[in-house]
Amino acid sequence: MATVTAPVKKKTNRLGLELPAYRGGKTTLCAGCGHNAISERIIDACFAMGIEPDRVVKLSGIGCSSKSPAYFLGSSHGFNAVHGRMPSVGTGALLANHKLVAVGVSGDGDTGAIGIGQFVHLMRRNLPIIYIVEDNGCYGLTKGQFSPTADVGSTLKTGVVNDLPPIDTCALAVQLGATFVARSFSGDKKQLTAILKAALGHRGTAMIDVLSPCVTFNDHEGSTKSYAYVKSHDDPLEELDFVPFFEDISIDYEPGTMREVTLHDGSRLYLRKLDHMYDPTDKMQALRVLHETHGRGEFATGLIYVEPAADDFLTTLNLVDEPLASLPESRVRPPKAVLEEIMAGLG
Amino acid sequence: MAAYDVAVEERPSASSVDPVINDFSIQIATVNGSGSQTANLVLLRAIFQMGVPVSGKNLFPSNIAGLPTWFTIRANRKGYIARKKEIDVLVAMNPETAREDVLGLPAGAMVVYDEPLDLAALRGDLVFYPVPFDTLLGKVSRDVKLRRRVRNMLYDGVLSRLLGVDLDEMEAALRRQFGGKPRVVGINREALDVGFAFADEHLDKRDPYFIEPMNANQGRILVEGNAAAAIGCMMAGVTVVAWYPITPSSSLCETLIDYLRKYRVDAETGKATFAVVQAEDEIAALGMALGGGWAGARSMTATSGPGISLMGEFAGLGYYAEVPAVVFDVQRVGPSTGLPTRTAQGDVLTTAFLSHGDTRHPMLFPCSPEECYSMSIDAFNLAERFQTPVFVLSDLDLGMNTWMSPKFEYPAKPIDRGKVIDGETLEKIGRFGRYRDVDGDGIPYRSLPGSSAPAYFCRGSGHNEWGQYSERSDDYEKNVERLSRKFETARNWMPAPMVEINRRAGIGIIAYGTSHWAVVEGRDQLLDEADLQTSYYRLRAYPFRSGLASFIERHDRVYVVEQNRDAQMASLMRLELKAELAGRLRSVLHYAGVPIDARTITDDILIQEGYRAEYSVADGPIPHEAGVGGE
Repeated sequence: MATVTAPVKKKTNRLGLELPAYRGGKTTLCAGCGHNAISERIIDACFAMGIEPDRVVKLSGIGCSSKSPAYFLGSSHGFNAVHGRMPSVGTGALLANHKLVAVGVSGDGDTGAIGIGQFVHLMRRNLPIIYIVEDNGCYGLTKGQFSPTADVGSTLKTGVVNDLPPIDTCALAVQLGATFVARSFSGDKKQLTAILKAALGHRGTAMIDVLSPCVTFNDHEGSTKSYAYVKSHDDPLEELDFVPFFEDISIDYEPGTMREVTLHDGSRLYLRKLDHMYDPTDKMQALRVLHETHGRGEFATGLIYVEPAADDFLTTLNLVDEPLASLPESRVRPPKAVLEEIMAGLG
Repeated sequence: MAAYDVAVEERPSASSVDPVINDFSIQIATVNGSGSQTANLVLLRAIFQMGVPVSGKNLFPSNIAGLPTWFTIRANRKGYIARKKEIDVLVAMNPETAREDVLGLPAGAMVVYDEPLDLAALRGDLVFYPVPFDTLLGKVSRDVKLRRRVRNMLYDGVLSRLLGVDLDEMEAALRRQFGGKPRVVGINREALDVGFAFADEHLDKRDPYFIEPMNANQGRILVEGNAAAAIGCMMAGVTVVAWYPITPSSSLCETLIDYLRKYRVDAETGKATFAVVQAEDEIAALGMALGGGWAGARSMTATSGPGISLMGEFAGLGYYAEVPAVVFDVQRVGPSTGLPTRTAQGDVLTTAFLSHGDTRHPMLFPCSPEECYSMSIDAFNLAERFQTPVFVLSDLDLGMNTWMSPKFEYPAKPIDRGKVIDGETLEKIGRFGRYRDVDGDGIPYRSLPGSSAPAYFCRGSGHNEWGQYSERSDDYEKNVERLSRKFETARNWMPAPMVEINRRAGIGIIAYGTSHWAVVEGRDQLLDEADLQTSYYRLRAYPFRSGLASFIERHDRVYVVEQNRDAQMASLMRLELKAELAGRLRSVLHYAGVPIDARTITDDILIQEGYRAEYSVADGPIPHEAGVGGE
């Protein structure tokens, strides 16, 4: 039996900031939209981890999901880019300033359809960014068409049946080389918050697919992305407990009941055994589990795959310590002698 | 100097025709992938080193190996470096094209050819020099593999003897290319000597063409436009480069990478002051450049027409969300895949309005490597000053061919990062509104992510001056009208045109980019052949300066010379000019995929001006269309 020594609840975080400092504008999404719950969890996680809001950049593409960065971390910079192309904008921003904390929010259409190319290359680059797919299986902003994550046999409100197989963004991410892959449910406050905190402690691409029912267009009987369906088919791989690097908390557990993952920043994630002992560092097991749960019509949620020590993209570029964006002229314009040397070589 | 001396001695016995010194063009017809580029560049460089103005144009296929390639070298004592239409000296190495190449020559031309091709019977009005290349190759080396690579160097040896191009200058050019490999230099030099000796022993000089040393190239360099742009980008302080390979722009980024690795790595730490990413496509390349620009990097990408088409949506975002980036478009022939290895100025209209909605982009038009360099520096400053994507429209001819150029000047002005907000500015302007026109010039202030300045939400959707989402009509109108005002401000910041007013001229010529060099020569031809005086306005940027209208106003007719079918720049001008002035514009258009030449311009203007009824015979069909020419 494990015992968790819970920290005393504080009103301010380690930066001395209060929770409202992490809030954003008033949401314009539908009442009850899963995306709003995800925004709340992002606020919770950033507050709890003591992330400096002016180091955060919020990035998104186009769609309901991509509107949501306006509704959290209002004092952080944001960039609502073009449809499906947020990864490239995020890449450029991080090249300019590798000290930024990048939080990207996409949707299942933005990622799985128009943006699949950039998604694929983002995963293989292992850029240090949190990439959240707010996954509801449909296009909300254009009134409910199927997206590429809709399951075979799932129906639209109008009764139209989807007859194409879904893209599993998590399986794809694992296969492509992402170093942190998780799936959660907008209604699972504890799990999603733990995953987001862990993602903030990870260095590399953290791909999080969050099932987030569309209460307006995809919440009916016959849909496999409805609130009721997801809630009853959620199959957690493990129970997650997160301990940030700045808190001195120990968790005692009996061998064989828990697995411990130390993240890049020193934070620890404890994976408590449920039915089976799950090893999130085993890529083959991750793919098998995703395949099998999908076959049962269920969703495997939790931390699916993690590779805490892999080099991220910016590290491989061997950049100077200061952000490239703030280098003074003397560091970026070579002296006259260099131009003269080049000219002499061409003369 | 030995070779030159021999040639001079022999001149009296050469021919009854007057010698033609430093004023002819050489075309070398080979198969691509045969290593002819080395031989051609060695010949070009040797002539350059002899102080003779020279230019080289490579006409190559979109293919790795096995298709016809033509390399044209023009030597001209007056300094004309545009493509010359007529070929005076042909080196025929490609059996596939030899017949057509020979039939397309003007009378009196000379032909060096591979003996088994048996070309001499084709024409009676040319000077033929058969050379048994395979036999000669046997004398170079016993190493079959190695000697195959120097086969083309034999014709350089032959030309050295026939034309008087100094052998030692050729060797110097070789050493420059293969500096660290003395064995390679050695065997190439051997091939030169074998070719030279053969010509000396077996070929009687019967043509009039000679290269004689001059002193015209002091302080000059030889460089490709793409390399020049790369040097410019490095000196501009570029920090983020995202690109996707595409002909003819790839060498810009590849050369830039080489320079950055050499000169922009921190000496103490060994760490880079730049980031380069090969993106998954051109869309991502511009997305990365914009992400970088938004976060405060000096960022860029380089592409060609198909990439420009793909970048449309992001270009509109850059314009509307006001994000700096520099985009090089090394133009090739479109539409669609078009002729990927041929040159054109066909992206002017597409780029000016790239993306949907009311969108306009500043464009720069370099005409030379020197301007590829200086305008690269201008482009980064303008992009940050105006917080918008700036396009540099080069072309394949400029980007990939080797050009003579004055040495580049070190930038005189410091880097301009534009209106980036800091504590002091914030105090001055009061409340920060990302899109507020504080100074009345249409240019707002911006803050950078990661700094302590106030944040804003950057978006391509409708926004008000505070950067808030807005669908209100008044907010939209106010914002796009400010963008218009910003574009107006930009007019006077763009590189000024080069204007030459001739008070006796009734007609004017407007050109831009590489068309310039053919215009320079064409104007001299118009004067020499028809006593036709012209004024000249070399456009260097869009938006146009207000002086454009007054230039047109001074002349009865103004010819806009450009390398596309649809008179794109003239059309862009007509959008802004009063009807009366727009009516004075005429066009000289060249869209054959090869660089524009002076003869095309001269003849076209003479016809349009009524000096001549139709094209002259000298025009002839261009080589690949020739079937019965030359008689």
